[in-house]
Amino acid sequence: MSITISPHREDASQHGWQYRLHVDAPLLFSLIAVSILGLIVLYSAGGGDIELVERQLVRLGIAYTSMLVVAQLPPRLLQRLTPWLFITGILFLLAVLVGGDVSGGAQRWLNLYIVRFQPSEMMKLAVPMMVAWYLADTRLPPNRWKLLASATLIAVPMLMIAKQPDLGTALLIASAGVFVVFLAGLQWRLLAFFSVLVTAAAPLIWHFMHDYQRQRVITMLNPESDPLGSGYHIIQSKIAIGSGGLFGKGWLNGTQSQLDFLPERSTDFIFAVLGEEFGFFGILLLFTFYSIIVIRGIMISIQAQDTFTRLLAGSLSMTFCVYFIVNTGMVTGLLPVVGLPLPMISYGGTSIVTLMAGFGILMSIQTHRKLLPT
Amino acid sequence: MLGQVHLKDHLFESRLITNRAILLLIIGGLLLSVLLVRLLYLQVVSHEHFTTLSEDNRVKLQPLPPNRGLIYDRNGILLAENLPSYRLEITPEEVDDMGATLSALENIIEIRDIDRSRFEKLLARKPRFEAIPLRFHMGDEEVARFSVNRHRFPGVDITAGLARHYPQGPLAVHALGYVGRIDEKALKVLDSSNYRGTSHVGKNGIEKTYEELLHGKVGLQQVETTAQGRIIRVLSRTPPVSGSNLYLTLDSHVQQVAEEAFGDFSGSAIAIDPNNGDILAFVSLPTYDPNPFVNGIDYDDYAALRNNDKEPLFNRALRGQYPPGSTVKPFMGLAGLETGVSNENSRTYCPGFYMLAGKDRKYRDWKRSGHGTVDLNIAITQSCDVYFYDLAQSMGIDRIHDYLQHFGFGRASGIDIQGELPGLLPSKEWKRSRRNQPWFPGETIITGIGQGFFLVTPIQLATATAALANGGHMLQPQIVHAEQEAETDDLLPHQPQRLETITINDQQHWDHVIAAMVDVVHSARGTARGIGKDSPYTIAGKTGTAQVFGLKQEEKYDAETIAEKLRDHALFIAFAPVDEPKIAVAIIVENGGGGGSVAAPIARAIMDAYLGKPSS
Repeated sequence: MSITISPHREDASQHGWQYRLHVDAPLLFSLIAVSILGLIVLYSAGGGDIELVERQLVRLGIAYTSMLVVAQLPPRLLQRLTPWLFITGILFLLAVLVGGDVSGGAQRWLNLYIVRFQPSEMMKLAVPMMVAWYLADTRLPPNRWKLLASATLIAVPMLMIAKQPDLGTALLIASAGVFVVFLAGLQWRLLAFFSVLVTAAAPLIWHFMHDYQRQRVITMLNPESDPLGSGYHIIQSKIAIGSGGLFGKGWLNGTQSQLDFLPERSTDFIFAVLGEEFGFFGILLLFTFYSIIVIRGIMISIQAQDTFTRLLAGSLSMTFCVYFIVNTGMVTGLLPVVGLPLPMISYGGTSIVTLMAGFGILMSIQTHRKLLPT
Repeated sequence: MLGQVHLKDHLFESRLITNRAILLLIIGGLLLSVLLVRLLYLQVVSHEHFTTLSEDNRVKLQPLPPNRGLIYDRNGILLAENLPSYRLEITPEEVDDMGATLSALENIIEIRDIDRSRFEKLLARKPRFEAIPLRFHMGDEEVARFSVNRHRFPGVDITAGLARHYPQGPLAVHALGYVGRIDEKALKVLDSSNYRGTSHVGKNGIEKTYEELLHGKVGLQQVETTAQGRIIRVLSRTPPVSGSNLYLTLDSHVQQVAEEAFGDFSGSAIAIDPNNGDILAFVSLPTYDPNPFVNGIDYDDYAALRNNDKEPLFNRALRGQYPPGSTVKPFMGLAGLETGVSNENSRTYCPGFYMLAGKDRKYRDWKRSGHGTVDLNIAITQSCDVYFYDLAQSMGIDRIHDYLQHFGFGRASGIDIQGELPGLLPSKEWKRSRRNQPWFPGETIITGIGQGFFLVTPIQLATATAALANGGHMLQPQIVHAEQEAETDDLLPHQPQRLETITINDQQHWDHVIAAMVDVVHSARGTARGIGKDSPYTIAGKTGTAQVFGLKQEEKYDAETIAEKLRDHALFIAFAPVDEPKIAVAIIVENGGGGGSVAAPIARAIMDAYLGKPSS
C-alpha cells in the first residue's frame, strides 16, 4: 500500500489559514486562554516568583511547539506509526521497571543519558492510539475476542505503570483506553458486567494498594481523622476554596496560599489558589474554557472521517475531561488524593508536553480532513 | 456488494461513535455539575465557616509580657533591674531529631542538667509549634558561636528578652527576695491570662509581696503569621503596661554597714525610723546571691545553700523567733510603773539569786555575787535579773501579757513582706489552750527576764523599741516607701500606718525608763558603756543575752560545732538621738556571747551610718 497524501481541497473562504497551518482556532484560543489564566494563578501560587513563571513559560513554549509539530503529521502517518510507538513504550516501561531512576519513592524515570523522561507519559497517547488502531480495522461493535484483546492492550501498560507506582497516570491511561472501547460500541450488557466486576474487585484492589494509597482513600472519606497528617492537604485546600467565596480574596491576597497554609499550591493543589483568590466566578471562567476544549474535541471526533481518528479524538478529549475533573474533585475533597496536576495550570512536569501533543493530534485530525461534498 | 456492506458499516459506525461521543459529553457535563454543586457548597453555603477557619489560620494572638517594675532604695540606688538577656529556644515542630539536635548543641553551648530537665518537662507539656526555652542568659561568646552555626539547627533560635538582675548581689536579699521561673505550683495561683508570656514570678521577699504591682499588665497583639508561625505583620496591638517601680525605705549604705558589722556572725538587725515606721536596714545573715535563682540554680549550689549549718536561706529578720532576754527589761520596768505594781523608788535586794516562797529552786542572777540593793535604774543599767524576777512575780503573767502586748509582742508586726512569724507572748490562757497545761509560777519569773516561752522576732523587737522611742506610737513597719506608676511616673507614697497608741498614765514613767536606757550606754557601769564613750549623740539602749537551748527544734546535733552553737545569743536594742529619735535598732547576734560587747557595736555602726549623713 502506497501512502499518497492527497492535496486536500481548501475550505476556501473561512478556514484557510487554519488548514494551511494545521491548527484549530477554537481549540488554540481556548488553550491559550487557559495558559494565560494558569500563568496568572501560578505567579500568585509561587509567592510572586517571576522566575517560576518564566520557567513555566519555557515549558509552555516547548509544549505548544510540540503541539504544532504533531499537528503537521497527517493522521494516516500517525496511524501507521501507532504499533511501533506502542511497542517502544512497552519496552521503555520494562526498562523503567528493571533499571529506572527512583524519584519520590516511585520508579518512573528512564535515564537515556541525553534526556530523562517518563515512558508513562508517552503511553498516555500510545495506549488510546493503539486501541483505536486495533479496533479501526474491525467491524464495530467489537466482538468478545476483540474486546479481550483490547483489554489486554490497556491492562498491560496500565499494570506496569501502577507498579511503579503511579496510580494517577495508570488510571488516566486506562480511562483513555476504555474511552476508545466505549466509543467503539462496547455493549451495555458488557459494560454493566465490567462495572459489577470492578466493584466486586474493589477489596482486591484495596489489598494490592500501597499503604499511602489506602491512607489517601481514608483521608478523602474523613479528612478530619488526621488533621496534621494526610488530612492536612484536604482540610487546608477546602478552607482556601471555601473562604474564597463567590468573588475570591483577590489576586495575591489569598491568605491560605500566601501564608503557606496550602501545601503543594503551585503543583497539584493550584486549583485551591484559583478558588481562594478568584472565587467561584474565577473557577467558572476556567471551567468554561475547559468545557469549550472538551466540546470542541468531541466535535472534531464527530466530524472525523475514519474510525481511527474518530475513536482517537473522542478518547483524547474525554481523557482531558477526566484529567481536570479528577484534579478538581481531589482538591475539593470529592476524590482521594491521586497526585494528578491540574492540566495546563499546575507548574512543571512532562505532562504538559504530552497533553499538548495530544491536542496536536486533534488539530491534525481536524485539519487534514478531505472536504466531502454533501 | 462488498463495497455496499462497507459503506453501510461505515455509516453505522459513524453514527455509533457519534452517539457514544455525545453520551460521554453528557456524562462529563453531569460530573461537572456535581463539581459545581460541590463548589457552591464550599464557596457559598459554607463560606462563612471556611472564612472563620482561614482567619484562625492567619491571625494569631500573641501576648506581650510587661516589663517588671524596678526596685530602688530610698536614695534611688538600683536594687533590682532588668537586663537584656539572650535565650535559646527550640520549636519542636521544626526539629526532625531532637536528641541529635540537643547533643550537637551541647558542643557549642553549655547545657546543664537543670536546663535539659526543665526543657524536657516543657517539651511534654507545650504544643509542638510553640518555642521552648533551652538556655537563658547566654553569654556574648555563646551567642556568637551559635549564630555562626545557626544554619545547622533548623527550629533553634536565639531570642532577646529582659532578665531580672540584682546589681547589689547579696545585699538585703532577705528583704528583696528574688524572682524565679514560674513553676507548676505558681501556675495554679497566678492569673493565667495576665501571665501569658511571662516566664518569671516573685518567689519571696518584696518581689513576691508586691508581685501584682511589679508585674504589670500583659499586652496583646494580633499578628498575621505563616503556617510556620513566622510573623508577617502586626494587625493590632494593645501595649503591655509595665509594672510599677518601687522605692524602698531601705538605705543601701546603712544596710551595707550593718551587714559588714556582723563580721562572720549570723544573726539579724533591723533599723527603723520611729517617726514613720520606715525600715532603714533589714539584715539577716548569712546572706546569699539571688542572681543564680533567677534562671534556676544548679542542684549542687542549691544543696550547698540548703545544707549550710548557718542556714543562709532562713529569713531571720521575719521568721527567726528568739527569746528577747534582757532586752525585755525596759518594757517590764515600764509595765511595773504604769500598772502601779512598782514605782521609781521600789528597791529589791539582789543576793545573786531569787527564790519563790516555799520552793527550793534558785533563779540565778547573771552576776553570781549579786547586785546588792537595786532600784529600777540600776536594774536596767546593770541588767539585774533578780529585780525583774521579783517584779514579774508581783505582776503575775497575765498583767505582764496584757501590758507587753501593746508593744506588739506575740503578733506579727504587719511589715509588707510575706512570711512573718508572730513570736510568742505567753499567758495562762495561751498555755491552757495551746499546751493544755496549767501555768506554773516559776514560768512567770523567767518571763520577767525574757526567757521561757517568750519569743520575739527581730522585726517585733525593733518596732517595740521604736514605740518606746516615739512615746508609745505603734507603727506598722513598712519597707516600700513609694510606688511609681510606669505610665505616669507619678510617685504614690505609702503612708505610715499607726496601729495603736499606747496609753501613757504618767510621762515620768517613760522618761525614767528611757533615762535608765541612756545610762546603759552612757554611764560608767552601763552594760553597753563601750559604745557610749565617744558617741556624738545620746543613745538609749539595752543589752540582752539569750540562752540557746531549745531555741530551734529542727537544729541538728553536730559534735564539732556544738560548743559554738551552744553559746548565748547576744542582743541589743537602742534608739538615738534620745531627744529627737531618728532611728531605732534591734540586733540579734546568734551565738555571739555578750550583748554589750558584740551586739551593741553593730547598733552603733548602723546609727553612725545613718545619723552621720545629712538627714534625708
